Amino acid sequence: MANKIPRVPVREQDPQVRATNFEEVCYGYNREEAMLEATRCLDCKNPRCVGACPVGIQIPRFIEHLREGNTAAAAEVISHDSSLPSICGRVCPQESQCEGACILGIKGEPVAIGKLERFVGDWQLENGRPAVEIEKNGHKVAIVGSGPAGLACASDLAKMGYEVTIFEALHEAGGVLVYGIPEFRLPKERIVKAEIESVKALGVKIETDVVVGRTITIDSLLNEEGFDAVFIGSGAGLPRFMGIEGENLNGVLSANEFLTRANLMHAYDDMYDTPIYVGRKVVVVGGGNVAMDAVRTAKRLGAEAVIVYRRSEKELPARVEEVHHAKEEGIEFKMLTNPTAIIGDEKGWVKAINCVQMELGEPDESGRRSPVVVEGSDFEIECDVVVMALGTSPNPLIASTTEALETTRRGVIVADEWGQTTRKGVFAGGDAVTGAATVILAMGAGRKAAAAIDRYIKEK
Amino acid sequence: MFEIVERRELAENIYLTRVKAPRIARSAKPGQFVIVRADEKGERTPLTIADYDVAEETITLVTQALGISTRKIVAKGEGEYLADVAGPLGRPSDFVAEDIEELRKRKFIFVGGGVGAAPVYPQVKWLTERGVEVDVIVGAKSKDLLIYAEEMAKVATNLYIATDDGSEGFHGLVTTLLEKLVNEGKQYDCCVAIGPMIMMKFVTLTAKKFDLPCIVSLNALMVDGTGMCGACRVTIAGKTKFTCVDGPEFNAYDVDFDEAMRRQGMYRTQEQRALAIQREREAGHKCNIGLDK
Repeated sequence: MANKIPRVPVREQDPQVRATNFEEVCYGYNREEAMLEATRCLDCKNPRCVGACPVGIQIPRFIEHLREGNTAAAAEVISHDSSLPSICGRVCPQESQCEGACILGIKGEPVAIGKLERFVGDWQLENGRPAVEIEKNGHKVAIVGSGPAGLACASDLAKMGYEVTIFEALHEAGGVLVYGIPEFRLPKERIVKAEIESVKALGVKIETDVVVGRTITIDSLLNEEGFDAVFIGSGAGLPRFMGIEGENLNGVLSANEFLTRANLMHAYDDMYDTPIYVGRKVVVVGGGNVAMDAVRTAKRLGAEAVIVYRRSEKELPARVEEVHHAKEEGIEFKMLTNPTAIIGDEKGWVKAINCVQMELGEPDESGRRSPVVVEGSDFEIECDVVVMALGTSPNPLIASTTEALETTRRGVIVADEWGQTTRKGVFAGGDAVTGAATVILAMGAGRKAAAAIDRYIKEK
Repeated sequence: MFEIVERRELAENIYLTRVKAPRIARSAKPGQFVIVRADEKGERTPLTIADYDVAEETITLVTQALGISTRKIVAKGEGEYLADVAGPLGRPSDFVAEDIEELRKRKFIFVGGGVGAAPVYPQVKWLTERGVEVDVIVGAKSKDLLIYAEEMAKVATNLYIATDDGSEGFHGLVTTLLEKLVNEGKQYDCCVAIGPMIMMKFVTLTAKKFDLPCIVSLNALMVDGTGMCGACRVTIAGKTKFTCVDGPEFNAYDVDFDEAMRRQGMYRTQEQRALAIQREREAGHKCNIGLDK
């Protein structure tokens, strides 16, 4: 039965030390800690956590196995619903999903479901997944993009016997997991590469350096290369800018550029050739996870790092844990602050960002109180670099080069709940359909599409 | 991995590298570029496609060794491999989609400066193969640095050479030669200039004098080359555009060249430092006070 002990604290790297390195912040639970934390689960008759999980992982079931010390059985339970537990255990917004719904959270602290999932996922990566007998069915499916949606879709289809090829535009597989999320939050070699290797072990082929829409097209895959169906999981990679004065000065960059340089290109490591510039002070505009990743990366590269966000702390869209970690690391948060212009020196380099103070007014359509400018509150923040972390939208390249593939006015691909697009044989899911969202939703969409593709090909 | 099937020095520090890249060779069109990464630690470097051969399944790149990354690319010899070649990227030249009959009524003048002569070549070839009249100016500092003159002579209707020191062809800048040709009565309907940003800026000013429509191919800094990072932002007719997906070719009259040149220098300090360290290392110098870290 459930224990009335407090939530088992998770070991983390010391904030002052980690603010100067790119090693993972959180060490996660060991076996003893995980087993102890597992005893806190009430094993509710009607488990609200399962309903709050976007992919419906049988949470109390896997925790029950953990409590008994049977990690392999726990892994088996998770694998029914999730293909990337060591990744989701790290990057899911648990406080608004499973842990947010946990009964224990009403009076005290919820069960650390994310940390338990991570423990199981990491155990599985270390110990290997049980080999599955796969009987090939002779059908070929192409997948565009090797991010969470594409990987999940590929691994399900491969298990069903399909011959799957993933086409990736960049030189490395993983999508946002490698170019976007930093090493200190999601280790690349140990976790992301290992997950990708396990997908490859199912027989999935990954072709890098192939830009679908340019190198090849969806039509050429279906008509010339003999694929029976295509899944588009190309994500939302196009950065937004504010459209304010001075945005093209030297020293203003998108969070995508800043993070791609640091993560995918390893610019923080002198053994790699790609340069990165932080100067003395970096201002990151935005309040989401990407903004937190950018500001913490800037700090680790030696700059004074500041978040500028137009609403108040309560509205920050970033995960609570990330905001908490950022604060511990000495990130300054300037809330209710909105940039109005970026000011350059005589050579065209950033020297300051001009902002206004905001106050919260009436709630807008998202239910959040919308910020209003406080008249005459202009002020300047001196800085050398401004990073814009304002969200991203899908790349129009695929839609514009594919016959009969419809997109909405927001540029996302039109697809039903199973990922079926307006084009026969073409499925889509993840950020390419929803706009920028989470790893878990993308993974869920990839798996649903895999089931739909299987039905489509069998009925064909 | 992409195998190098041919590599030769065209002029001092300028190399031709022909790579096996079947998918790219099949899809490439004039005006497009690729992103190249020499090895696992390398930068993603945009290079314009200088030629492509569907039968041989190869594309040709011409690289001037300037910084660490371009030096790495040219150092790779025949039989060796480039880690990555991704493309073709960017929009093809506008004329590719135009009506051939209409194109044949127009007369083009191409201006290729320095290493920019290479990307001019596939465009001229494409047009003259289809019966369009194309004059070409190829410019270089001196005869020794002149590239693609022979190849260009085979495909251009008329080829004019300009060198800054007069060691071959016209003695002077490409802009002066362009002006001379027009003043002598040559009629052109479209000018395409590819080369260093400063050259493209001045060709544009010259073209403007004669109301000659002008296209330029911008060589902005890039990381991914697919629209993801926005490092290649340029201002075109007052609006921000991404060179990698909206370009690389733009109407020259609309380009803010001064901003584009300034943005090219964004990482100059870091690049120069890295190159200096690399040179010291190559010379066998080991830094004892850790400045190379």
